[in-house]
Amino acid sequence: MAEPEENICFHEMFHIEGGNFTHAGAISSRVKKILKEAGFPGKIIRRTSIAAFEAEMNVICYANQGNLSLFITPNFLKVVVKDEGIGIPDVNLAMREGYSTADETIRELGFGAGMGLSNIKKNTDEMILTSESGQGTHLEFIIYLDKQNEG
Amino acid sequence: MTLKEVKDILSAEVISGDQDLEKEIKYGFAADLLSDVLALGRGSGALTLLITGIIHPQVIYASNIFDLGAIIFVRGKRPIEATVQLAIENQIPLLVTPYIMFETCGRLYQHGLRPSIAKVKNG
Repeated sequence: MAEPEENICFHEMFHIEGGNFTHAGAISSRVKKILKEAGFPGKIIRRTSIAAFEAEMNVICYANQGNLSLFITPNFLKVVVKDEGIGIPDVNLAMREGYSTADETIRELGFGAGMGLSNIKKNTDEMILTSESGQGTHLEFIIYLDKQNEG
Repeated sequence: MTLKEVKDILSAEVISGDQDLEKEIKYGFAADLLSDVLALGRGSGALTLLITGIIHPQVIYASNIFDLGAIIFVRGKRPIEATVQLAIENQIPLLVTPYIMFETCGRLYQHGLRPSIAKVKNG
């Protein structure tokens, strides 16, 4: 995966509080606002915001706390989400559409359909997910700025 | 159709966005799962009406990603105050109709509203 260390134009880190559903989605809204103000094409903004929203929800639903970092470089956008949570025992299983361990609280909010991780994959160009059960989860994704992202 | 026509067809009450009733609406998307909104939302957001029973602020955050034109809550469900405030901040009009989701969709379709997405690729 491309490393953002070189040529970072912008970097911001947001703290995510696990279990705080009241403003779930607020951080991805801020990410969207930053990208919009930076003047990126609509499709890039949409894909990044959708993936960020899903990632943010995952931290809120399954972790004690975490953070989401947005990196903007000349060639790609990168988002890194790290959390301290229950982790994912079987990453391959979790990636499967429809697989979910969500409880009733999460489902009442309209989430927990088991579509989140596959939706992140669908909306990004590269995605890496690693997790250690009981330790937490590390997710990174990249959206390239040159790939049919007009519109 | 305009949002005003949506309001009339569905005997709806405008909760916020009174000033936006002339806004044009061409497409509809109905879901009680925000996961579905996030997975199936499309780019033509500004012309799209979201039909839902989800009344929490998350519905505004999710709609905001697609710049959706308006939201109508079905089954007479009224959004909580935090949702209304967020909708006002994000300039997303909110309506509430007593009709259930099926009837809401049926009436709108009959009057010419079309789906923002009609089917999934691998269903």
